[in-house]
Amino acid sequence: MVGLIDVPRVRADFPILSRKLPNGKSLVYLDNAATTQKPVQVIEALSDYYRSYNANAHRGLHALSAEATDAYESARKKAAAFIGASARETVFTRGTTESLNLIAYSWALANLRKGDVIVLSQMEHHSNIVPWQFVAGQTGAVLRFIPITPEGRLDLASLDSLLSCAKLVSVTHASNVLGTINDVAAISRRAHEAGALVVVDAAQSAPHLPVDVSSLGCDFLAFSSHKMLGPMGVGVLWGKRELLDSMRPFNYGGEMIREVSFESSTFVEPPLKFEAGTGNVGDAIAFGVALDYLSEIGGLGAVREHEKQLLALMLESLDSLGAVVFGPSDVHERAGVVSFNLPGVHGHDVASVLDGEGVAIRSGHHCAMPLMRALGVAATARASPYVYNSLDEVDYFIASLKKVKRVFGSGGL
Amino acid sequence: MDMYSENVLDRYRSPRFRRELASAALRAHDVNPVCGDDFTLFVQLGPDGRVVDASFTGVGCAISTASADMLCEACIGKSLDELRLLDKDFAYSLLGVPISAVRAKCALLPLKVLKLAVYSHLGQKLLEKEGEFG
Repeated sequence: MVGLIDVPRVRADFPILSRKLPNGKSLVYLDNAATTQKPVQVIEALSDYYRSYNANAHRGLHALSAEATDAYESARKKAAAFIGASARETVFTRGTTESLNLIAYSWALANLRKGDVIVLSQMEHHSNIVPWQFVAGQTGAVLRFIPITPEGRLDLASLDSLLSCAKLVSVTHASNVLGTINDVAAISRRAHEAGALVVVDAAQSAPHLPVDVSSLGCDFLAFSSHKMLGPMGVGVLWGKRELLDSMRPFNYGGEMIREVSFESSTFVEPPLKFEAGTGNVGDAIAFGVALDYLSEIGGLGAVREHEKQLLALMLESLDSLGAVVFGPSDVHERAGVVSFNLPGVHGHDVASVLDGEGVAIRSGHHCAMPLMRALGVAATARASPYVYNSLDEVDYFIASLKKVKRVFGSGGL
Repeated sequence: MDMYSENVLDRYRSPRFRRELASAALRAHDVNPVCGDDFTLFVQLGPDGRVVDASFTGVGCAISTASADMLCEACIGKSLDELRLLDKDFAYSLLGVPISAVRAKCALLPLKVLKLAVYSHLGQKLLEKEGEFG
C-alpha cells in the first residue's frame, strides 16, 4: 500500500521484537504510549558516539569535542525541524516532565501572582497537573480544568469563562488515556484573545501525527524522545524566542554562563541558557537518528495513516468483544492509544493474562488519576500500537482478550 | 496463567465474605493507588478476644479480591496476637498460586489492611488504658 509503513521491513530494524519471552512466547509489544522500542540505527548511533567521538560538547577545542558539538547541535536542528521550529528556540531537556517543570519554574513562578488563573484540562497526565499545583501553591494562582464530554472530548463550551483572568493554558495535544486529539489551534486562539500563554504537552502527539508549532499557534511545546523510537532521558522544550529570552534560567552552573565573577554571572542566550551542566549529548544525537528514521520510513503522515488502520481494527474488534472503550470512536479524532475495560475483569487481570500470551499492554490509572475519577473507573487496560505493529498482531491481541473472557467466564460477573 | 486457579477465580466471582460488618470492633481501609484497588476490612471479636466474624467491602482485581475473601475466612477463631503475626507467606499460601513480583501488591493489600485494623485497635486500647491511669 502506497504511502504506508512497510511493517516487515521496519520490524527487521528492531532487535527486541524478535526476542522470546521467559515463557517462550513471542513479544507483541502494545505499550508504546509508555515507551517505544528502539531501532538498531538508534542503538548504533548511541554506541558509535561512545566508541568514536565521546567528548564534552561546547567545551574543548580538540577534534572530539568539535565532533560531539556538531552532532549535538545537528540533533537540535533535526528536533526543531521536526516541529517546524528554529533550533534557537529548541531546548534539550530530560523529557516532557522536565520541559513542563522548566516552564513552571522559569516562567510561571516569575510571572504569576495571587488570583491569576492557570487553565488545564481534565484529561491531563500528572506531569501536566502537579507542576502547576506547585506553582499555584507558591504564587496563589488558581487552577481551573476544562471538563470532558462523556465521549472523552474536551468540552470547550465553557472555555471563555474558564479563561477569565487566565495567564496560562496548558493542555495535552493527545490524551495518553483516551487517545483524543485536541483542537489545540482553536484553544490557542481563544487563550491568546484572553491574554493567556499556551503550553502544549505533545508527548503523545509528536510520535504519532505531524506537529507544527506555528499551525498549533502555541507558545511552548514539550515532548520526549523515548516515546518516538529515541533513547530515554532526552526531550524537547520549544518556546517562542521572545519568551525564552525573557525567562530566567532553570538550573544554574556550567554551559549556560557567559561570564562568571566571584560575585555574579551573566548568561548565554537560549537555548543553552536552559541547559546548565553537561548535556545528554549521546542520547540527543541518537534521538536525532530516531527522527531521521521516522522520516525515512515515510514520515509522520504515513505513521498516522498506519496507526489509523490498526486503530480501526482494534476499535471494531473490541466493540464486538463487548469491551467498554474510552474516548472517541472515530479514528480521525484519536491518536494511537486505546483504553478499555472488559466488564467484570479488572485491568490488572487483563494485563496479566495478556502477558501470559506475550502481549504487553498497560493497566492502571496511566498517571491520570483525576481523569480516572472523571470517567468513574478505578483503572483501565490500555493498548497503544506504533510503527512496527501489524494488523496480525492486533488480531492476536484480540484473540488473547478472548482468552481473558474465557478465563473469567463470560457470564455471572 | 497459573495465577488464575479455579479457586482464585471462584473467590473473585462469588466472594463469601464481601459484606459490611457494621458492629465490627476492628476496621481499616486502604487503597493501592497504582491500580485503584480499594478495600475496607471488618473484624468482629467475641468475648474471649478471638475473631468471630470478618468481612470486607471494596473493589479490586481477581488476586486482591480472592486474597481478601480468603483472609477473612482465615481470621475466624484467631486471637489479635495471632493476627498480628500473620505474614506475607501466610497470604500467599492462602492463595495457593504463584504470585509474580508485579502482582505482589495486589495479593498483599488485604493483609496490609488487616494489620492496619489490628494495630489501630491495639493502639486505641493502649490510649484507653493510659487514660485510666492518667
